[in-house]
Amino acid sequence: MAGNREFFYRRLHSLLGVIPVGIFLTQHLVVNYFATRGPEAFNRAASFMVNLPFRYFLEIFIIFLPLLFHAIYGLYIAFTAQNNVSRYGYFRNWMFMLQRLTGVITLIFVTWHVWETRVRAALGVEVNYDMMANIVDNPFMLGFYIVGIVSTVFHFANGLWSFCVSWGLTVTPRSQQIFTYVTMAIFVALSIVGIRAILAFA
Amino acid sequence: MSEKKTIRLIVTRQDRPDSAPYEEEFEIPYRPNMNVISALMEIRRNPVNAKGEKTTPVTWDMNCLEEVCGACSMVINGKPRQSCTALIDKLEQPIRLEPMRTFPVVRDLQVDRSRMFDSLKKVKAWIPIDGTYDLGPGPRMPERKRQWAYELSKCMTCGVCLEACPNVNSKSNFIGPAPLSQVRLFNAHPTGAMHKAERLEAIMGDGGLANCGNSQNCVQSCPKGIPLTTSIAALNREATIQMFRNFFGSDEV
Ligand code: HEM
Ligand code: SF4
Ligand code: FES
Repeated sequence: MAGNREFFYRRLHSLLGVIPVGIFLTQHLVVNYFATRGPEAFNRAASFMVNLPFRYFLEIFIIFLPLLFHAIYGLYIAFTAQNNVSRYGYFRNWMFMLQRLTGVITLIFVTWHVWETRVRAALGVEVNYDMMANIVDNPFMLGFYIVGIVSTVFHFANGLWSFCVSWGLTVTPRSQQIFTYVTMAIFVALSIVGIRAILAFA
Repeated sequence: MSEKKTIRLIVTRQDRPDSAPYEEEFEIPYRPNMNVISALMEIRRNPVNAKGEKTTPVTWDMNCLEEVCGACSMVINGKPRQSCTALIDKLEQPIRLEPMRTFPVVRDLQVDRSRMFDSLKKVKAWIPIDGTYDLGPGPRMPERKRQWAYELSKCMTCGVCLEACPNVNSKSNFIGPAPLSQVRLFNAHPTGAMHKAERLEAIMGDGGLANCGNSQNCVQSCPKGIPLTTSIAALNREATIQMFRNFFGSDEV
């Protein structure tokens, strides 16, 4: 694209964070919410997802490749920043730092989570209500999952805010301010969805 | 009361571009209405540190003394700003003076800001009006737009916004907020707009616009109140359109 890579990669990184990864994240949290209606409801929803046609195609192109690109390039972006919130303690600078911090926490959490569920599923273990219930039986793991979920949701919600700036959707200070409220409402709402779902397994 | 009032300063000094920085403390007599520059001049007049040892005078840059040239910028009590408008009476003591380390330090508080000039050249921050014959007067600019553009034109290339930006550092080649905002200024000019795409292409290159991570420290720090983050978001919108034009082609010339 016009002979330069960085601009294209940054825009691709930004886009993939929302489409498809952010959309998948939202969908995933909503499906998990079935757990609040009991084990059978969750198992039915989970098996519906597992038995979707073109499952491997969908997993590779909607989840793994986009997430892999976003995560690897995101790590590079995160480590080229020199955070300075102690000197410049402004709200947006805190959000800038937290976006990078939650990116790294999310990477650790998602890697563990994929290992514990998807990789084990590939090795023949069935993914169902009992599997999750066994995991979060351990209070440490429950805590780890709650931190991971809140971190991921924050990263997505605040990422939506910067996505809108990166693509020039919110330009004026007022539109950016209003979008701060909107994205923080999304953060709170999705956090509640995610935490209620994980607590349903505990 | 016979005790004389004094001012305490802690200056981060550095003898050569490649030597290690160190701190030196000074205690100088107080006079009413001093600024950081007149305090530094006092040290220059009598270069003796707080321990009573003779030392070399502190080096710094200055020019206009009225906050329009940007040369005297340094980090004062933790924040980058102009030393000519930093009034002693309004500063907490001891006053800490450091160079803006985002730039190469020449000596003491003096830094080399030439990378900013290089960036302005890179983004073509000028209006080409020269030809082989008289091109005549350019198109007029509406008064309201002129007033708006005036705000962007107040940039004095001081470097404070680069110093405040977490993405401008030795690990990245980001040109920083100031030259980006200048692209918006020159693209808004009726004659400058004739080279709009070239400037957009320049900031869509490596080290350009896409490196912004929206910490928004720049807009909080700019002494001229330039709406840097609005400029960046507006340029993001222009770049989005330019990106599609480059890819799909455009019927506009
Ligand atoms: C569930 C997984 C994830 C989702 C939904 C997600 C979503 C997003 C979104 C929407 C953005 C905003 C893009 C923009 O600023 O234009 C973003 C930015 C970012 N993401 Fe992620 N992300 C995820 C995982 C990760 C991971 C694992 C990392 C690795 C460290 C990461 C690092 C970053 C960084 C550093 C930014 C800031 C980019 C910038 O300011 O330009 N993300 N993410
Ligand atoms: S935009 Fe403001 S802070 Fe940045 S160089 Fe210009 S005057 Fe200084
Ligand atoms: S000397 Fe020109 S801005 Fe201070």
